[in-house]
Amino acid sequence: MISIQDLTVRFGEVRQQVTAVDGVSLDVAAGESFGLVGESGSGKSTILRAVAGLIDNWTGAISVDGRPVTRRRDRAFYRLVQMVFQDPFGSLHPKHTIDRILSEPLIVHRIADIENRVRAALDQVQLGARFRFRYPHQLSGGQRQRVAIARALILGPRLILLDEPTSALDVSIQAEILNLLSDIRQQSGVTYLLVSHDLGVVAHMCDRFAVMRQGKVVEVATRGDLATGSLSHAYSRQLLLASRGYDRAVIDAFADE
Amino acid sequence: MLSAAMRDWLLSDTPHSRWQARAGRLYLGWLAFARNPLALLGLLILLLLIVMAIFAPWIAPHNPLFGALEDRLLPPSGEFLLGTDEQGRDIFSRIVYGARTTLYIVCLVAITAAPVGLIIGATAGYVGGWVETVLMRLTDAFLAFPKLILALAFAAALGAGLENAVLAIALTAWPPYARIARAETLSVRNSDYMAAARMTGAGPARILFGHIMPMCVPSLVVRVSLDMAGIILIAAGLGFLGLGVAPPQPEWGSMVSEGRAQILEQWWICTYPGIAICIVSLGFNLIGDGLRDVLDPRGA
Repeated sequence: MISIQDLTVRFGEVRQQVTAVDGVSLDVAAGESFGLVGESGSGKSTILRAVAGLIDNWTGAISVDGRPVTRRRDRAFYRLVQMVFQDPFGSLHPKHTIDRILSEPLIVHRIADIENRVRAALDQVQLGARFRFRYPHQLSGGQRQRVAIARALILGPRLILLDEPTSALDVSIQAEILNLLSDIRQQSGVTYLLVSHDLGVVAHMCDRFAVMRQGKVVEVATRGDLATGSLSHAYSRQLLLASRGYDRAVIDAFADE
Repeated sequence: MLSAAMRDWLLSDTPHSRWQARAGRLYLGWLAFARNPLALLGLLILLLLIVMAIFAPWIAPHNPLFGALEDRLLPPSGEFLLGTDEQGRDIFSRIVYGARTTLYIVCLVAITAAPVGLIIGATAGYVGGWVETVLMRLTDAFLAFPKLILALAFAAALGAGLENAVLAIALTAWPPYARIARAETLSVRNSDYMAAARMTGAGPARILFGHIMPMCVPSLVVRVSLDMAGIILIAAGLGFLGLGVAPPQPEWGSMVSEGRAQILEQWWICTYPGIAICIVSLGFNLIGDGLRDVLDPRGA
């Protein structure tokens, strides 16, 4: 579904350039759910933004559904690829009603039958029609993230980029949102590329995942590897230990490069 | 004031239509505005001005354009409430008719300068690059001159007359709006909801008008309503210098100007139009303050 070859993203002026992503290559099959894990600043979200066309100072090759993507994305690209952002408080326009937020993609793509599609999208994310004419500030964080998911789904994309979709939410809401995302994938067979710093989330959501550090992929592993603890790279093992909770002995044993 | 059912409909947190959601939002804004007594006073002044302008022929007791020479320079009395000027015209009637001129100038300047500033500023902020450089340097060039001096220069170049005065004021009023719109645009353009808007596949025009401008409008509305007082003063200043409205037409600034020769003996000729200018400017300032409390995006 998506293939990334030697993707490199640099920020800043020539002199003090930061290489956020350093020669990353990935392949994700259609219908698969692929995770990107790593600490803050490891470049995982930057990969998503490069794929989404939100940053354009990247080099390398990205192809989606067998077609290479260019720096400027056309409208057809956005019917194929959509994104859910990390912070549901920042990703919904504060002056638009939920109705407007969900109608906007349909209007841009000149899709008829807006009325029924908006209602169906709200049902799909288990928000009733009574939320339709509210403003984002009248919704809770979990409800807002449901709206953001509905917006990503409404054009019927085949690939959804999930940028830490639950890390801004309460623990109890996180599980609901993750289950909703799993259900949606089962029903529609959509491909997920999920970014998270939480191995628990990745274990729950993804068949395979890549561990990233300082802009590079250090290891690609499967859910099975995670369950048996058979990760090969030292950093991945550290991440796994860290995800099991705080333990002084474990922390002391960490090597900081 | 409102029936309970109407209130519930407006304040419902589950509106059933676009229209209800919008009306509810307006009503909440109004409730916040109405909590400020000074803002209500400002609104009252504005409403009085509007009523005066609309019903001028019924309110004014005398002809504002022609007076009888035997009534020259009469002090305030029962017949002439605020006295008469040196041509025997009733000052009260002229103030009432002058409300039309004032309102006309203020409205025209607001509906021309504000959108121009908004479009220029938002475009500069969103597009960036050389477009931003060109637009903002142009704005800076206009900002470099004192407003009144620039308006004077334009009015002198265009010739006297109401329309030219409006044009001259509008030409000097837009640059601050462009600055505000650009600043607001810069603060929202890298937000996730703008990224989401780009990911719908929307073109730059749609993002600019549908997503960015709604975020600029509140601070612009506040600034415009605070500027109204300044616009009235500049219009009065142009009138005072004879660059505003053509002579027989009543305009508060030129009325003050006409009375300045007799300011010590017949003080009422310039005092009352001056008070009118003062009250209306104050009213707009109070409204602006109230609107800022309601609309300020950082306060909410």
